[in-house]
Amino acid sequence: MTASVVFFYAFAALAVVSALGMVLNLRNTVASAMSLVVTMVALAGIYVLLEAHIVAVFQIMVYAGAIIVLFLFVVMLLNLRTDAFSPGRQKLVKLAATLIAFVVLAELLRVLTTGLPEAQPLPEGYGGYAQVGVALYTDYVLLVEVSGLLLLAAIVGALILAKRDIG
Amino acid sequence: MLVEVVIKALFILLVAIGSFVPIITWVERKQSAIMQDRIGANRADVAGIRILGLFHPIADVIKLFAKEDVVPLGANRVMHLVAPVIAAVPAVIAYAVIPFGAVYAFGAKEISLVVADPDWGLLYIFAIGSIATYGTIMAGWSSNNNWSMLGGLRASAQMISYEVTMGLSVVGVFMVFHTLKLTDMVFAQDSTFRLLGFLDVLFGLPVPVWLDWLRLPNWGIFLQPLAFVMFLTAIMAENKRPPFDMPEGESEIVAGYHTEYSGMRFGLFFMSEFIEVVVIAGLVSTLFLGGWSIPYLSQETIIGAISSVFGIGFATGLCMILHVLTFFLKVIVMIWLQMALRWSLPRFRYDQVMDLCWKVLLPLSIANVFVTGLVMLLVQRGAA
Repeated sequence: MTASVVFFYAFAALAVVSALGMVLNLRNTVASAMSLVVTMVALAGIYVLLEAHIVAVFQIMVYAGAIIVLFLFVVMLLNLRTDAFSPGRQKLVKLAATLIAFVVLAELLRVLTTGLPEAQPLPEGYGGYAQVGVALYTDYVLLVEVSGLLLLAAIVGALILAKRDIG
Repeated sequence: MLVEVVIKALFILLVAIGSFVPIITWVERKQSAIMQDRIGANRADVAGIRILGLFHPIADVIKLFAKEDVVPLGANRVMHLVAPVIAAVPAVIAYAVIPFGAVYAFGAKEISLVVADPDWGLLYIFAIGSIATYGTIMAGWSSNNNWSMLGGLRASAQMISYEVTMGLSVVGVFMVFHTLKLTDMVFAQDSTFRLLGFLDVLFGLPVPVWLDWLRLPNWGIFLQPLAFVMFLTAIMAENKRPPFDMPEGESEIVAGYHTEYSGMRFGLFFMSEFIEVVVIAGLVSTLFLGGWSIPYLSQETIIGAISSVFGIGFATGLCMILHVLTFFLKVIVMIWLQMALRWSLPRFRYDQVMDLCWKVLLPLSIANVFVTGLVMLLVQRGAA
């Protein structure tokens, strides 16, 4: 077994355990969110093993480093108690979650049964910032611009919600 | 290979963290004392010998280890114990990508004086820095104390705000050097440029011959002066030391997120700030002050000059020692600058810190990116 296989299993096990920790930690929302951070970092480790270095760095910077911090802000300031999660209030959410889980399972089975494509050698500079940057600003420039516009709309919306008296 | 990496890691940890950090806890007191016309810490002695109070760091550590490690009632025990470690570890491992010397060829063997050298070295430091936020937020929440909680929220809000500015303010630097790899950045700075070269490249004006010898080192601080100021501000705010010490405030929220910490766990928070001071000094020297490079004397010049007399092996070794000493000299200068700023600027108010970040530094750094891009385009046109 090579080192990368060992690391893959270590990161994969960490990701699965911490994801379970997030789902099962109903009593303590902060601990749940911290488990999600561990999941994100473990996924970043797997991206590094896949040579997707830039995706790994942004996984840590954006997801682990910023988005979940904002989750934590909300959780800490709301100070949720367990009765906010009473079973009766969540029927619709549970139904939706079950449906999505089945869709993901079906997709996973389809991919696994059709077999994976043959492994190809990676092109030079694969996953580096230069290649990712060129791809983003040539092939996918429309998507980048549209998501920029979407974020701008979200910022404006957040400002209006935060300052209702702005008129 | 592995042995080489371990030796380099041990060297950088021993020098940058093992000896700089204890000494700068002493420097902080002594420098503030000199600036405020006091004597400063000088009471700790071993057998009556005081040597300017240099025993104080040792006495501090012994005291912190001997103290009781209290976990407050109703605290989340696991998080309370883990938080200081999460705050300290990112600061320590950031040194992995900072080069403290060039690449030296001894016969067939090449020694590169950096522990790890990924293409995305600078992004690695930013990613690691964003993890450090969790140390403060966990400490604040797990202490079961409203002051701690408010301090933790303030600290993390400040850190994620300044992370954005910190990243954007150095975009100009890696545009100029065409790389994110820290070793390549220093290699690019190990040369000089013509001070008045912009006259003929941009405007087509001839530079008089008697002025054309005026050259500056190709350092980030000369190519991107605005980025230097903004990056230093942002990264000092990221470290949460005065004048940006919003998470603490005796009159508002006591000691902020580490109110409930005692013993060596408090010591870890305290130390992680000082470790970050050393990391900031190393990073700023690497990005803006040419890292290990000696101004006006590039690596080939030094090795060429010495090897003609003493032979190539001796010359390379001497050059390596000179480069490492130059790097640490620059680190010391940057530490001095941070200490001097810390003791001369008054503390900001929280809203002023946030205004500075979002309304001053962020627009300026975006403008810096645009101006840098424009100038680079014009230079390319002019050169072609």
